[in-house]
Amino acid sequence: MGNTAEKSVANSVANSVANRGRRDFIVVATNAMLAVGAGAVAYPLIDQMNPAADTLALSSVEVDISSLEAGQAITIKWRGKPVFIRHRTPAEIAEAEAVDLAALRDPETDMARIQKPEYLIIQGICTHLGCVPLGQKIGEVKGDWGGWFCPCHGSHYDTSGRIRKGPAPTNLEVPPYAFLSDSIVKIG
Amino acid sequence: MASPQFKNPLVKWIDHRLPVFSYMHHELHEYPTPKNLSYLWNLGSLAGLALVVMIITGIILAMHYTPHVDHAFDSVERIMRDVNHGWLIRYIHMNGASFFFIVVYLHIFRGLYYGSYKAPRELLWMLGVVILLLMMATAFMGYVLPWGQMSFWGATVITNLFSAIPLIGESIVTWLWGGFSVDNPTLGRFFALHYLMPFVIVAVVMLHLIALHRFGSGNPLGIDVSGQQDTIPFHPYYTSKDLFGAMVFLTIFASAVFFYPNYLGHPDNYIPANPLQTPAHIVPEWYFLPFYAILRAIPDKLGGVLFMFGAIAVLFILPWLDRAPVRSGRFRPLFKIFFWLFLADCVLLGYLGGKPAEGVYVTWSRLATAYYFVHFLLILPLLSVVENTRPLPASISMPVTKGGK
Amino acid sequence: MRRLFAIIAVFFGLGLAPVLAAEGGGEIEKRDWSFEGVFGHFDKAALQRGFQVYREICASCHGLDYIAFRNLSALGYSQAEIKAIAAEYEVTDGPDDAGDMFQRPAIPADRFPAPFANENAARAANGGAYPPDLSLIVKARPDGANYLYSLLVGYDDPPADLQMPDGMYYSRVYSGNQIAMPQPLFGDDVVFALGGDTSMEALAADVTAFLAWTAEPELESRKRIGIAVMLFLVVMCFVSYGSMRYIWADVEK
Repeated sequence: MGNTAEKSVANSVANSVANRGRRDFIVVATNAMLAVGAGAVAYPLIDQMNPAADTLALSSVEVDISSLEAGQAITIKWRGKPVFIRHRTPAEIAEAEAVDLAALRDPETDMARIQKPEYLIIQGICTHLGCVPLGQKIGEVKGDWGGWFCPCHGSHYDTSGRIRKGPAPTNLEVPPYAFLSDSIVKIG
Repeated sequence: MASPQFKNPLVKWIDHRLPVFSYMHHELHEYPTPKNLSYLWNLGSLAGLALVVMIITGIILAMHYTPHVDHAFDSVERIMRDVNHGWLIRYIHMNGASFFFIVVYLHIFRGLYYGSYKAPRELLWMLGVVILLLMMATAFMGYVLPWGQMSFWGATVITNLFSAIPLIGESIVTWLWGGFSVDNPTLGRFFALHYLMPFVIVAVVMLHLIALHRFGSGNPLGIDVSGQQDTIPFHPYYTSKDLFGAMVFLTIFASAVFFYPNYLGHPDNYIPANPLQTPAHIVPEWYFLPFYAILRAIPDKLGGVLFMFGAIAVLFILPWLDRAPVRSGRFRPLFKIFFWLFLADCVLLGYLGGKPAEGVYVTWSRLATAYYFVHFLLILPLLSVVENTRPLPASISMPVTKGGK
Repeated sequence: MRRLFAIIAVFFGLGLAPVLAAEGGGEIEKRDWSFEGVFGHFDKAALQRGFQVYREICASCHGLDYIAFRNLSALGYSQAEIKAIAAEYEVTDGPDDAGDMFQRPAIPADRFPAPFANENAARAANGGAYPPDLSLIVKARPDGANYLYSLLVGYDDPPADLQMPDGMYYSRVYSGNQIAMPQPLFGDDVVFALGGDTSMEALAADVTAFLAWTAEPELESRKRIGIAVMLFLVVMCFVSYGSMRYIWADVEK
């Protein structure tokens, strides 16, 4: 009798999962599935912070540029930020194309930054710290290279929106865009 | 109860200075728990799970919600239609409230049946009642936020309860509203408080757990553990059991969220709030119905409010109403009968709360309300004196007594 | 364990009470809808037909505030078709450079313009009655789809002993049997380009299906995800039960 009791105690110690180093299949399977489930739950909880459907629906804008004369520029609000569209004059185009790449901080040809030479479309955000450069309206300071001038910390951009002088590290960014027709451009 | 020896040197280093790992080991791992707990003891951890689910989904909803009368309803619809997985998160939150109450009510009835409120666990019980009150306040304010018809009229009716207070009642209601009706200021403060309250609940839950771990869980036999042979470590035994319980709970919960998300709600709340028109039937959410029935059963305005709050207040003094030394209903043949009668009474009150306050329903509401209080104030104290309880087993390890299970 | 289930059953019964208490206005006809049940889904052709019924019949008085043109892709329209549909509507935008509001053709991101400027204008144009927005109507009425369908086909001549006030119509379904909305569908009210049943019942069913979609555009993905989640959880129940039994094997009862 006493022997049996001792034996059962010994058995239960031997079987005790808490005392066993190895975990058996079913426990491993449970934990693995739990991890998979936790991952599946985490996905919607994280994804909800991404732009919502109504925000995405406004992520591209179509602009009619037919009334934009040479030498004029307009500012479009796209994804909450300004986009500059400038109808460049032949002189400005020639100036932009003639630049020696070696003289540039962020070397990029004018060709690489445009789809149609007369229309320069760039984001109006200084690459230094995010101010909006001057040079869109007639009479505004256009900087030493006839493009744009950022009043915050004195960055000068040329007629292709490339950085020429001042603290900004890179050229003004070109947003994704496409000409749907001669007069309609879709930004985004 | 020696401090555990940690192998990982980093864990060891941290634990020496900040003994969180020892604490977790002590309270979750080795924490000795009676080995005879039934599935009804899963409800506590399920309530904890529900609270966490509500807080996580609630914080997410707050990122997209706008607490303004002109935008609240629209912002909720934007969550439902445009925010990525917004409908899922909102339906979880909406149904989560109901499931939180289901679990907590079951948890309470488990405590009532097994005498969990008796010495030395009176404060544990009272903290639980505090949690229930906080939950009710939170749920009520949360229901106002979508600014549908039920939100608006529920808020109007419930805040008007305070006007029953003599002399200062009207001033209190005006103060609650921040105006002369439920309006934008009301919505703003309800949103702020609805965000705050869950964290107050978390704090009280912590106290509830500290009180629980002082004497450990009760058990279906209601007798104290008499030694190591009666207990097992919480982990892995009860963690694995709680996990199974959580999965069953989540399965039922998910079936509501994905297939019947509006079953427990009211269609009128998909109509934007209109202060000029009350819906034909206004009923609170199901978890308030028993209390709503008590409110309407009393023909006097102040009386109704007092009885409604009294229905919860009586729970606070329950440990001193039921003086029977035997905890578990299993060994109390008379108590057992009255417990089920009381449960039936609560269900009846819930049913009556959803019915219009007219005709036979009023009579039944009054009878059921009377019985609710008679149970606590008359039957339980009397039973403690007159009841012949069955013999208790000597210990948890040897529960085999004649007539026992 | 048995008691636990008994208690759960009782509590679910409690949840049922308010639903059963829902008001009965009249005879509501139960129909089989494709979007009901666990595997419910929308019939895109029916939704497109219903959309046409909405545009040609309902839209003159009832708004669709929460639906944007881009949402119509769920009905099976292509981006180009949606653009064309949107362009048929005018929306107010502005202010322009002169500070004035102006009208422009709608784009897919715009929502359906409301038929009236505000509730007062709507009431003034409809003899004091307010035609509710229809985006959520199916969710905002008990047994919404069946109710709406029954309402649309539930017009009748008033009983001889009932004197109808001016501007009110007899409905077998509407609460109180008097409704301010004149009968909207009679059969053959619209012509479907792709053909289809244009009986009153068929049109009512189509527009009801369309409005069920506007109320719950997430329904299909909800049920689809739901099935996957349920499968996972049921397996998880068995696995975690096995785990528990395995761990508890050495505990003496």
